[in-house]
Amino acid sequence: MTTAQSREPSGAMRPDPEPFEIIFAGRPVPVLPGQTVGAALHASGIRSWRTTRENGRPRGLFCGIGVCFDCLVTVNGDPSRRACLIEARPGDVVTTQEGGGHDA
Amino acid sequence: MTRDLAVIGAGPAGLAAAVTAAATGLRVVLVDAGARPGGQYFRHPPDTLAGPRGAARHGWAEFARLRDELAGHVAAGRITHLAGHAVWHVEAHSEEADARFTLHLGGTGSVAVSSGAVREVRARALVIAAGAHDRPLPFPGWDLPGVLTAGGAQALLKGSLVVAGRRVVVAGTGPFLLPVAAGLASAGARVEGVFEANRPGRFARHGARVLRNAGKLAEGAGYAAVLLRHRVPYRVGHAIVAAHGDDAVESVTVARLDRDWTPVRGGERVIECDAVAVGYGFTPQLEIPVELGCATRVDADGSLVVVVDAAQRTSVPGVYAAGETTGVGGAPLALTEGRLAGQAVAAALGAPPARPSRRLLARRARLRAFAATLHDAYAVRPGWAGWLRPDTLVCRCEEVPYGRLDEAVRELGAIDPRAAKLISRAGMGWCQGRICGYPTACLTARIRKRAPDVADLTGLARRPLAQPVRLGDLAEDPAAGGAEDADGADPGGGGPC
Repeated sequence: MTTAQSREPSGAMRPDPEPFEIIFAGRPVPVLPGQTVGAALHASGIRSWRTTRENGRPRGLFCGIGVCFDCLVTVNGDPSRRACLIEARPGDVVTTQEGGGHDA
Repeated sequence: MTRDLAVIGAGPAGLAAAVTAAATGLRVVLVDAGARPGGQYFRHPPDTLAGPRGAARHGWAEFARLRDELAGHVAAGRITHLAGHAVWHVEAHSEEADARFTLHLGGTGSVAVSSGAVREVRARALVIAAGAHDRPLPFPGWDLPGVLTAGGAQALLKGSLVVAGRRVVVAGTGPFLLPVAAGLASAGARVEGVFEANRPGRFARHGARVLRNAGKLAEGAGYAAVLLRHRVPYRVGHAIVAAHGDDAVESVTVARLDRDWTPVRGGERVIECDAVAVGYGFTPQLEIPVELGCATRVDADGSLVVVVDAAQRTSVPGVYAAGETTGVGGAPLALTEGRLAGQAVAAALGAPPARPSRRLLARRARLRAFAATLHDAYAVRPGWAGWLRPDTLVCRCEEVPYGRLDEAVRELGAIDPRAAKLISRAGMGWCQGRICGYPTACLTARIRKRAPDVADLTGLARRPLAQPVRLGDLAEDPAAGGAEDADGADPGGGGPC
């Protein structure tokens, strides 16, 4: 069985891995390997990446653990992903999302 | 796959239960939404991220030991650890069935499990250790980007090594605010203040209980020393009553409160900031036990929790619960309850007898008493309702303002929170009331001039799907609906009721 746990060495030090970039709204955002999409955006000073259905208000991270669904985002064309949960991968294209996520 | 025991959640309680049961020879499946074991309390970054592994964190040595034991059991084939899997439904079969429970699983997005993902596991017994999430209270502007839950700010730091902001205000109630503020300050944020709504000096009344839990106090003193070193002001009897900004938070209004949390006139000031971390306790995740029909009660902190007996058994045969599921009490209590649950399951399934150790039972009693003391000192007081304006959102997902909830109860005849939800749509969005359930129950009951009871809280905790799943995961054929839609029972608008 392959799980995150079985792949994880017990506390072994590794050389610092290379940072990489993802693309948000057309511009590059730096990522440290292992960071979530939401964490990488937040760290770059990007606080919101979605607008609400009713009032068109901006939303970003709130609960940070996958409970509140405020941080929904479109990743590589896949809408309504929880940015706080998904680990960023090199070259991910992240786009803003409006309303229900079908018209991003 | 069929196992003797299925454990839901790999935080302190679930890890302890799984490892304890496996050590008696039982075959265990440990299902967890996270990418790595540890839950919220022992959240840590992946090895790819250079940074603190958490060694300095309270209780880390015990967690590291459990994690090593888990790895040993996984290697030996006694525990199957399903990381990145969420349980969205549990079926209970008749008592005669060999494997009484079937767990239906979906991905969480935290780990790429699309290939080799497990969709179903069966088990003879079930330990529910699903943990808890933050319990925020609404205030004007709490929906502005940059306003995070205290646990959210902590998760950013512990999981991704990202500091929530340059200038952060920490507020709410409870001892959890201290590690959050200390973590932010140590990581380089300027923490403009920690605003504790209660006046936990009252705490001194419980001297004996407090002294018997010197470990927890030492932990608190350690955080206090960090705050002192970074010159972070700690103010009791104060709360954030509004956040301001256009498209992100730029400042907050902090008010001095009376004992009931009503703002005192003239006791307000504005603090500039670019992030807020706010939390008023925790809400245990009760979807699965509620769905299974486990008896529940309202705990001293106002949360709906599962009733368990001395052996951590719920009212449903074969179902055990441990950790925050049975009442918010912190990691040491969760570890103890998890161990006891693991022992009880082993005994019930005929594994070599391991009598519950008296030491564990005594420890559980002591830690529960301490938790009760904390709940008393850090209770949510009713005056927070006075912070709301008619246009303050109560439900963030469906954008339901307080005025609409008030109208549903006062004018449209909603006599309980469930009716208020159906009329106002509070709690019917993506999060299915996980965030607004507690405030909605409190506000509805308050307008009806009573306290929220088990039925009120259950009405907002009952969800058709225990965890949001992608529609593709629900389909028999994984290829049938993979591209169809997204997380959430009904992403188009509102949940089924």
